[in-house]
Amino acid sequence: MKRFLFVATLLWATAAQAQDSMRMAVTTSFHNSGLADVLLPEIQADLGLEVQLLIVGTGQALRLGEAGDVDAILVHSRAAEEAFVANGYGTHRREIMYNDFVIVGPSNDPAAISDAADANDSLQGIADAKVPFVSRGDDSGTHKKELSLWIDAGLDPTGFGDWYRAVGAGMGAALNTASGLNAYILSDRASWLNFSNKGDLALLFSGDPVLFNQYAYLPVNPALHDHVKSDLASRLEDWLTSERAADLINGYTIDRETLFIFNAKTD
Amino acid sequence: MVDLWDGLTQAFWLVLTGDPELAEIALRSLYVTLTALAIACVIAFPLAAFLAVRRFRFRRLIIAILNALMGLPPVVVGLIVYVLLSRSGPLGVLGLLFTPTAMIIAQVIIIVPLIASIAHQSLRDLWQEYHDLLISMNVSQRQKMRTLIWDARRALLTAALAGFGRGIGEVGAIMIVGGNIDNVTRVLTTAIALETGKGAFALALALGFVLIALTIAINLTIHWLGQTEREGRW
Repeated sequence: MKRFLFVATLLWATAAQAQDSMRMAVTTSFHNSGLADVLLPEIQADLGLEVQLLIVGTGQALRLGEAGDVDAILVHSRAAEEAFVANGYGTHRREIMYNDFVIVGPSNDPAAISDAADANDSLQGIADAKVPFVSRGDDSGTHKKELSLWIDAGLDPTGFGDWYRAVGAGMGAALNTASGLNAYILSDRASWLNFSNKGDLALLFSGDPVLFNQYAYLPVNPALHDHVKSDLASRLEDWLTSERAADLINGYTIDRETLFIFNAKTD
Repeated sequence: MVDLWDGLTQAFWLVLTGDPELAEIALRSLYVTLTALAIACVIAFPLAAFLAVRRFRFRRLIIAILNALMGLPPVVVGLIVYVLLSRSGPLGVLGLLFTPTAMIIAQVIIIVPLIASIAHQSLRDLWQEYHDLLISMNVSQRQKMRTLIWDARRALLTAALAGFGRGIGEVGAIMIVGGNIDNVTRVLTTAIALETGKGAFALALALGFVLIALTIAINLTIHWLGQTEREGRW
């Protein structure tokens, strides 16, 4: 019992002594890309700031920000972000970088989307062929993007039949499901490249500019929540938009493919 | 099948090389669940004894509810604790959300009904045996409860172990209230969920095997401790 109490107090102490730490909600796709593992140690080294990541979908990240449970969020769903700022939950929205979405599917490509002209065309092909398609279905940024792509293609996902499977899960879990069902799925490039259970899936379509995926940083409004560490949040923002972050972000590759392109505007 | 084998070998190497990250999350798993277990026992044992010796109007109802709550869905408990502890919730000022303390609170709520129900079952049986004796000795209510708890300690150990099992393997509630933050609230089960999400099945399985081994080790230790104590007392 004594030993256990010792360990318990030790854990308490390590949790309590973290002097400069802030919480940031990020999307599963950002975390799965592996970029966080590169940036966080550098932030710790440069600023002496420990950023605690909460890995959730964009929908939940915005909710955490609204409730003041995190100090900042880094997400990728423009309309929802602008509403977040307009409602006063965030002070402003700062674009940091972008990556792109890709359409992944069975390597024999039954819907023949690999030679589609654009994203519309490829989704049309999937809907026409009625081949299994896995949707995130979790109100995340990727899910919202996917829904808007269907609507752009003149299709209504609510009217789809059995072939359209909304799994209500994060990017990795949805990719696992797609791999199991040998289904098509919309994924961000980073998560796809980092995913280790690819099975028979292959990258079939990418490159259409509508598939670009902008990440933005939103500090939570300290006027609503006085415990929010807005000074730390703005220090982190300065770092994320600095030359140093630009080099790290642009230089991050998996299999020699660049994943993110830094595009923050400096003041 | 390949993943299963990879998982086993990876688990073996992780343990053998004393991977510091693994040690940290395993210790945190133990810290959260053992603390929750200790608190839950302090609540559940007297409650079970009280329900065994005392006759009052809503006793049956409370027992029925306790039994029903054994099946409490952890996700729901997590969500309720989350809403209460959120900065915009009633207990938000405490700033407990996404800390190990929040995880302990959620686990206490999950395992108290389980421990209390199992403990009550055995205390009630013992009470039938002791009833006449203790009444004739004219002891106080408190003394009755204490006697029951002490004499049923082996059965109560089983109840506690059941609670430990439910707590250590639980992921739904602690994922929500803990947030699975690296170095702060990541424990074995949430790490397994995370690695599964990345498609890294071998590592997820490795962590799973470590969790199972840990559970077995703790159970063995507690049984061993219980036995030595018994020999000394009897």
